[in-house]
Amino acid sequence: MAADSLAPTVAAALPQARERAARFLAARHRLRPIEALPWLIALAAFFIFPDRMMLGSQALIMILFALSLDLILGFAGIVTLGHAAFFGIGAYTAGLLITRLQWTEPITGLLAAAACAAVAGVLSGWILLRYRGLALLVLTLSTTIMLQEIGNLVPDFTGGYDGIPGVVPAPLLGRFEYDLYGHTYYLYALVVLFLLFFLARRIVYSPFGRALAGIRENVARMHALGSPVHWRLVTAYAIAAAIAGIAGALFAQTNGFVTLGVFDFERSAGVLMMLILGGTGWLYGAFIGAVLYMVLENRLSAVSPEFWQFGLGFVLVAVVLLVRRPRWDWVKLWRRVVART
Amino acid sequence: MKFSAALAAALALGFTAAASADTIKVGVVLPYSGVNAALGNQIDKAFDLYLKLHAKDLGDHKIELVKRDEGPPSGANARTVVTELVTNDRAKIVTGFVFSPSAIAAAPLATQAKVPMLIANAGTAWITNLSPYIVRFSFSMWSPAYPMGTYAAKDLGCKTAAAGYTDFPPGQDSVLAFKTAYEKAGGKVVDEVRMGNPAQVPDFTPFFQRVKDEHPDCFYVFVPSGAHAAGVMKTYGELKMREAGVKLIGPMDLIPDYELARMSDAAVGLIVMGHYADDYDNPANKDFIKEWHAAYGPDSYPDFMSAAGWDTMAAIFHAVQALNGNLDDGTKVVDTLKGWSTDGPRGHIAVDPQTRDVVQAEHAEEVVKKADGKLGVKVLATFPDVKDECKVLKVGRCGQ
Amino acid sequence: MANTAISILFDGVAYAMFLFIVSVGLSVTMGLMGFVNLAHGAFAMAGGYLVVTATQSFGVPFPLALVIAAVAIGAVSILFERTLYAGLYGASELDQVLMTIGLTFMVIAAITYFYGPLPEHVRMPDYLTGEINLGFRSFPTYRVFIIVIGAVLVAVLWYGFERTSLGAKIRAAVDNHRMAQSIGIDVARLFRISFALGSGLAALGGGLAIQLFGLTPSFAILYLVFFLLVVAVGGSGTLWGTLIAALVLGICDTAGKYLYADAGGFFIYAVAVAILLIKPAGLYGRG
Repeated sequence: MAADSLAPTVAAALPQARERAARFLAARHRLRPIEALPWLIALAAFFIFPDRMMLGSQALIMILFALSLDLILGFAGIVTLGHAAFFGIGAYTAGLLITRLQWTEPITGLLAAAACAAVAGVLSGWILLRYRGLALLVLTLSTTIMLQEIGNLVPDFTGGYDGIPGVVPAPLLGRFEYDLYGHTYYLYALVVLFLLFFLARRIVYSPFGRALAGIRENVARMHALGSPVHWRLVTAYAIAAAIAGIAGALFAQTNGFVTLGVFDFERSAGVLMMLILGGTGWLYGAFIGAVLYMVLENRLSAVSPEFWQFGLGFVLVAVVLLVRRPRWDWVKLWRRVVART
Repeated sequence: MKFSAALAAALALGFTAAASADTIKVGVVLPYSGVNAALGNQIDKAFDLYLKLHAKDLGDHKIELVKRDEGPPSGANARTVVTELVTNDRAKIVTGFVFSPSAIAAAPLATQAKVPMLIANAGTAWITNLSPYIVRFSFSMWSPAYPMGTYAAKDLGCKTAAAGYTDFPPGQDSVLAFKTAYEKAGGKVVDEVRMGNPAQVPDFTPFFQRVKDEHPDCFYVFVPSGAHAAGVMKTYGELKMREAGVKLIGPMDLIPDYELARMSDAAVGLIVMGHYADDYDNPANKDFIKEWHAAYGPDSYPDFMSAAGWDTMAAIFHAVQALNGNLDDGTKVVDTLKGWSTDGPRGHIAVDPQTRDVVQAEHAEEVVKKADGKLGVKVLATFPDVKDECKVLKVGRCGQ
Repeated sequence: MANTAISILFDGVAYAMFLFIVSVGLSVTMGLMGFVNLAHGAFAMAGGYLVVTATQSFGVPFPLALVIAAVAIGAVSILFERTLYAGLYGASELDQVLMTIGLTFMVIAAITYFYGPLPEHVRMPDYLTGEINLGFRSFPTYRVFIIVIGAVLVAVLWYGFERTSLGAKIRAAVDNHRMAQSIGIDVARLFRISFALGSGLAALGGGLAIQLFGLTPSFAILYLVFFLLVVAVGGSGTLWGTLIAALVLGICDTAGKYLYADAGGFFIYAVAVAILLIKPAGLYGRG
């Protein structure tokens, strides 16, 4: 019968189909020459602005932090107001390793920070990612504030809001000292960003990454398909937490100190805005957004602090209404207003 | 050969030209953005005013202020900003620093770059121990709090006291200093109440109600000046704590000069320990106030931060004059400032050569209604030449 | 001991009434359209500054200034609703969060520009200062005033919600948005009305808060977290949920600060998180 004859055909076609799908994905996500651009710019900046490398390294750290948020916001659709929690956990892991345990090797410090942040990501994600919408916003925000409060209850351990000074890592790879200009810090941060970026790129274009996009677009359908939605989300959350933790650890190591300020709400909100400015869900938003945000902040607040805040607010409103929601029809609205009067 | 000789000559010429151009760059690190811009503004105005009035005293030399944003109170920006001031702008001195975390974050750079770091506000006691290039002209959290402890026990007759503080290092320091002196003088602290961190809502009612129910003779309160200070006076008045026999005392942060005029009569009778108020009656302060109003209008008031900013700029001028404009050697700059003294708006102040921290008089002041109906302060007693007792007694990190 | 309990209860209820007055509008608009409006705190703050200007510059009596602020902000909010909010119904919560936080920044910046960053005060009329003796003990008059206003509003809102056709429509739309629309209820219009009402109440709350906490431009962000906590814990779109949540959080916060000052700031979050973990849609929420 037809069914008998069909089965072998399907079985034979399956590997072919798989291969086609793999080829399709690979072709879609192959590296294009243009993708070398950010790295060329970053390298060029090293030679053009040798005196401003400390600022440069802070920009790279913010890019890395925004990148980690893009993984969960842009690809998995999780809206959080508490991403600074993982940044802070990473910063404190790196800071406490150096100052309390005299473990000054920087790269293992990064790995330890990633591990701690990932554990926190799994635990909090396992509980919190069952919730959506307002509940999730309030829960992520509250847990971050609670972390800061707990830290403030044990100031002898965390240094409170004055922080722990003397987070000075040993020379990088045992050879490279940290110069006053921040050149070593910059290259260090650049290499870490480079490696993690390609890891993130690999993840989002893998079948796992596609499944996340599926969850973002239509949770019900992914459930129906039998996708383990919750665990996929928790895994993504943990990976993002680990990368945010590394960003925090880099922040502590390059600044030489760590305070409870790393958990500030402004940091969670700031990284969200950076990502929005650059665009979510395509990884390069982190680069454009972080740089744009820092440049805007620098230029506008030179005019006056209110000007910067107003400008940022205006840009956010404009981005949402004109870029992210292009259906918004100003012309039609204007006609309606005119017609009425 | 000829070419390289010419090059060397040109280079040498370039260098001498640079040395005789004699514009000395001073890096200023103050909060210019966000909600704390108002604090930075108080010091910034003092710097500009001093520079404007005294530029002629420098002869051929010129001071150029390179201003950079200190950023948030967490100090996250400070290291980047100070690095750029030193590497990119070639500042010979960095000054400012409203928030202690900023100063703590930037201290290793001062050591590494051998650039003097002159602190115009940040008050965490142990900051001066972090680098031999740090000199502080403002105060230590201990400067007003420690004499207040002695004064409360001996002169105000407080047998018991409660302490309430905003739970961050300045608050912790201030209460520790008060308690140390107060108990040494025979008083007893019955309760220490943490009143939330500085980012929290300034709602003090539950805390004050708790203290009111404990009936101490005195209630020592530390909160950051600004919104919190106004909240303290409101709650104290509303809960009728004075009528219940609880005296409110504290450091001068409770009555910022720009707030005092707007505070209600609940503040009358409040006793604070401080080293500056607009009402101080000394010639330097009279001039200072006059010039300030002339420059910034009658509605702008200088406060203790402005006074410290003024003295800091005076110290920079002293260093430029003493070293004839050559500030390349940071060690020499710090050496000329050790033991330096001046008569500024705060009265006589000096720099302790051992600790590089300021030595100044502290005054017990009572809030009174002046003849014109406005609130002002009246000095009740003076503690001359107060050093940072935290370092004298080697408490905690101060001993390191 | 009993006196302590009464103090805590009294201060807690006064704080809760402030939270309720500001949050109830936020809750209803969120329940109706699922709109996450983070600019709600900015409306409350703008109301507070209007009260300051009305009383200081024009000598308007304080209670009248409260009414003026509520009406003015309610009216202005319709303008915002038409131009900025209308395009975002049904948009992702991320877009709503971003647009409204952007709006909040603009309001904060504008207010800082005109009023400066220092705390503002209002001069209270004499009959609102001092204490009222209720026989067994005396209470600060101003807090009694807030509690009375809160109680009156609860009664009025209860009547509006439960006894008028407008209230019935709102409840229907909160329960089932689509079904309400299909039987001919104009949900967008309901939203507009409750948005204006809610913003007006927020402005009233902002005006009342000046004497409690002082008013600075950071008000819009500082207190927003608490309004969101109340709405989330109560369940969006419910009057009783908002009231109960405000009472629970207000009293827990006050009690925590009074009894365990060391961990004072911690309590309100811990309570909220605990409730949300058990009831993610809030105490009275559905879903």
